[in-house]
Amino acid sequence: MLETIAAFWADYGNVLIEGTWESLIMVFLSTILAYVIGVPLGVALIVTQPQGIRPHRVLYGVLGWIVNIGRSLPFAILLVAIMPYTRLLVGTAIGVRGAIPPLVISAAPFVARMVETSLSEVDAGVVEAAQSMGASPLQIVRKVYLPEAMPSLVLGGAISVVTILAYTAIAGMVGAGGLGSIAIQYGHNRGITSLMWVTVVFLIIFVQIVQWVFNWWSKHIDKRLR
Amino acid sequence: MQESIIQIQHLSKTFGGGENAVRALEDINLDIRKGEIFGIIGLSGAGKSTLVRCMNLLERPTSGKVLFDGKEMTALSEKELRLARRDITMIFQSFNLLMQRTCLKNVCFPMELCGIPAAQAKKRAAELLELVGLGDKADAYPVQLSGGQKQRVAIARALATDPKVLLCDEATSALDPTTTASILDLLKDLNHKLGVTVVVITHQMSVIEEICSRVAILDGGVVAEQGAVEEIFSHPTTDAARRLVYPAGVSAQQYPVGTHAVRVAFNGGTAYQPLIASLAIDCGVKVNILGADTRNIDGKAFGTMLLGLPDDPSEAAKALQYIRSQPDVTAEEVEYHA
Repeated sequence: MLETIAAFWADYGNVLIEGTWESLIMVFLSTILAYVIGVPLGVALIVTQPQGIRPHRVLYGVLGWIVNIGRSLPFAILLVAIMPYTRLLVGTAIGVRGAIPPLVISAAPFVARMVETSLSEVDAGVVEAAQSMGASPLQIVRKVYLPEAMPSLVLGGAISVVTILAYTAIAGMVGAGGLGSIAIQYGHNRGITSLMWVTVVFLIIFVQIVQWVFNWWSKHIDKRLR
Repeated sequence: MQESIIQIQHLSKTFGGGENAVRALEDINLDIRKGEIFGIIGLSGAGKSTLVRCMNLLERPTSGKVLFDGKEMTALSEKELRLARRDITMIFQSFNLLMQRTCLKNVCFPMELCGIPAAQAKKRAAELLELVGLGDKADAYPVQLSGGQKQRVAIARALATDPKVLLCDEATSALDPTTTASILDLLKDLNHKLGVTVVVITHQMSVIEEICSRVAILDGGVVAEQGAVEEIFSHPTTDAARRLVYPAGVSAQQYPVGTHAVRVAFNGGTAYQPLIASLAIDCGVKVNILGADTRNIDGKAFGTMLLGLPDDPSEAAKALQYIRSQPDVTAEEVEYHA
């Protein structure tokens, strides 16, 4: 048994380590960039909604429309469809670099909806209280919406990370690298099913760790749970 | 005549438009004076909350004017309005504290909004928490506090910008009677100490009786009556006022015009006093219970009773004097009007 594992590791250890590393980089960078775009979008949706602190029917409609389009495009199709633009943007459409633009474009609208949902959980009375004290819309966003929704935003973060991880596996089909690529190249194309299953186990462990860490983080910062 | 702080002139507010339009407030005229505790009472749906939100322009009136300290609030720009709101702050039924901030940080919040340096804000916030009796709770989070304590933090927060007016929107409606009494005492105390004008919105007659000097009765979006509290209580001239002043289930039409009656309010005496029986035994005066709506909460008597007094004026006076001499009981003579 041990020898089998040792032999397996000797053959594929480096492949797995490299794949894991690539997956981590893709997920990490894409998540960060998706939040850089998604948070302002989600905030804008909350602020401009009809009951929002700065209702704006047109802007709300347009943003909602953009987000819905982004959400309805299957990632596999978006990935291929924007390849020319990806090349223009980062110089290549393959590898970790090539995977990041489609990952971000696909994840940002998802993140925007997650953020919108979290912010909509903030008690309307608290927002009204801030308004009654003369808070500007920007102050309400910075000092009420975001801090009050933080535990929920963190939990949403776990869902976003796991979703992006799933996207990276799809990106593996077109040579993005990472654990998804290994599963497809070795497991599917070359028929090394044992390696495919090992990548699956790696992915499961990754998802478990992410969920556990984000749950802990959310609880740790939530002052309603004292 | 004292100086006015809030004047509401011909204010109307309609929600929605077309066929679905709801007229929440119609031609409201109010004059709230500097330094007083003014009550606005009405049943739910009467428009109280909309009216109070029109005072700080959280709701924009459809027509009419709101003058605050001589300034026309309705004519201010967004930015000017935000500045004006520092002078007319608000507390709420559901407290509306920031749950992710400590009490101290909650009180600092309005000062942060207007750019007061953090150290200075903290110092003042600590003083304010001391003032509302929560000096030891500075580092506690709202979730760790009772309802009454949360409202005290909210009051401290509302006072942080040194406002001229404190609006209280059903501020005691979520609290038990004992806590309500302590919050009302605090408001009375702050009104006295700081000279802040207090506007109290409530559906509870007892709250008005306890702290207000003048009251407006709101009914179906219009001011049915306004004036000094004793005046309104002893001579309610409109149906809306009668509904609030008389105990539940008592209809003025049941009794002949001119019935001499007294409205007795039990304000939380230590036990149910056998008031009617002792009145008969001690004074030899027999009164008639026209209606009663009393409750026993934690062994304390709350509620109101309407008693028909004897026709003989001296007997009636004797009975009144006796009732008024009882602890935690207030009595107002009531005259039925057609």
